[in-house]
Amino acid sequence: MTAGTESASALYDIPGPRALARHRRYAWITGALLLAAAGFVVYKLVDTGQFSVVKWRPFAYKGIQRLLLTGLANTLKAFGWAALASLVFGVVFAAGRLSDHRAVRWASGLVVEFFRAMPLLVMIFFIFIALRLDPMLSLVIGLTLYNGSVLAEVFRSGVNAVPRGQREAGYALGMRKTQVMTYVLVPQAARSMLPAIVSQLVVALKDTSLGYLITYQEFLYSGKLIATNLDYDLPFIPVVMVIAPVYIGMCMLLSWCAGRLARLERRSPRSKAVPVRTELPQEI
Amino acid sequence: MDVLTDNLSLYGQGLWGTVQLTLLAGALSLALGVLIAGFRVSPVKALRAFGTGWVTVLRNTPLTLLFFAALLGLPRFGVVLPFTVFAVLALGAYTSAFICEAVRAGINTVPTGQGEAARSLGMSFRQTLSLVVLPQAARSVISPIGSTLIALAKNSAIAGSFSVTELLGTYKPLGERGFSVIWSFVWIAVGYLIVTLALAGIFGLLERRFGVPR
Repeated sequence: MTAGTESASALYDIPGPRALARHRRYAWITGALLLAAAGFVVYKLVDTGQFSVVKWRPFAYKGIQRLLLTGLANTLKAFGWAALASLVFGVVFAAGRLSDHRAVRWASGLVVEFFRAMPLLVMIFFIFIALRLDPMLSLVIGLTLYNGSVLAEVFRSGVNAVPRGQREAGYALGMRKTQVMTYVLVPQAARSMLPAIVSQLVVALKDTSLGYLITYQEFLYSGKLIATNLDYDLPFIPVVMVIAPVYIGMCMLLSWCAGRLARLERRSPRSKAVPVRTELPQEI
Repeated sequence: MDVLTDNLSLYGQGLWGTVQLTLLAGALSLALGVLIAGFRVSPVKALRAFGTGWVTVLRNTPLTLLFFAALLGLPRFGVVLPFTVFAVLALGAYTSAFICEAVRAGINTVPTGQGEAARSLGMSFRQTLSLVVLPQAARSVISPIGSTLIALAKNSAIAGSFSVTELLGTYKPLGERGFSVIWSFVWIAVGYLIVTLALAGIFGLLERRFGVPR
């Protein structure tokens, strides 16, 4: 493949004039289809009266705005606590899984695998309904157990991915296991794990919206309170149009940070000298 | 134990609902995901942009919000379908973004020589992708697709809170019948473990039979 073209793809030839014309035709067709779809959506929106003043008026009220902002603050609060707690949980259980004692290793492995295998919502419901904790606490504990377990795996695989020579060199210098861990392995692993950690935080942020299902007064729940109000003619679609961009924007910002960290990491001369590859978790 | 034996049909219905949701949404997400992955590596820029947009937006949307928009928003829009269909659509679309990324990663693991050889035989992009590259990529994406589908099975629990029949939703009628909440949750958890372990087993078998190391 010659340099200078837009792709290094092995899947197709560099398009000649006729292929380019064909591609342009495809581009037009794609654009037209998307435009038609968008047009249909807008037509439907107008047709079902989604832009009526009644449905949008609530967003001009101070009380409604405050309700939405409180919801957003609650979402961020749950996210912050959950992120902090899952990092701690992850560190503790990763240390457990890397322990020299078989019983500790086995027990932490069991805990981590169990919480990774359970649906998050089942755990949250269990804590909320069976243990009768309050919604915020149930949400934060559920998020911590799940994301903490995933992070424990990330930490473990990160530490294990540091080349063996590093550990052996540490021991050869007479370091203890804890010293090898804290001075040699963890600093190198941490750098490579950072993108994986941040993308797991995106998952945690997305999953705070599960709080809606256990009546935690978070962002989506505030939206639902507005959307089910008969006075405003049930503005479901306007609420979605206001809430979705905020949620997606927040998550995209965090995802972008993760991507940027990964790029920086790949370019850093330190990681070129001793490459440490951490396996990325399934961010779903 | 009584909780399970006295309510076997209720649990059975719930489990069947979860399996159904997983299978239908899984099929939809696989079809969509492979198609979008094809878009993302295609020579047409507009298709690539569409694929990127699809994946970026869906990966960053909370699934609960997607359910909220689809199940409660779309009916206001004049689209009236059974809730199960909405749930399958929402789950399928959401999961397709992750399937797409897995497939794309798989396409990148196929040595470039394969694509180049196909092209030198005069194959078009579509032929190169579908006859040469995808069959080889498929063997290296078995386990990532397996874990995505397991995540899908777990995510289907959200549908229960939007009045779709599935396993998690069974806690409510059980509570009304006065059974112990803790035990009803234990059996729900067992049900989910059965589904996810079965999926893991199937994909483990596939991986052993067809898989290649990446």
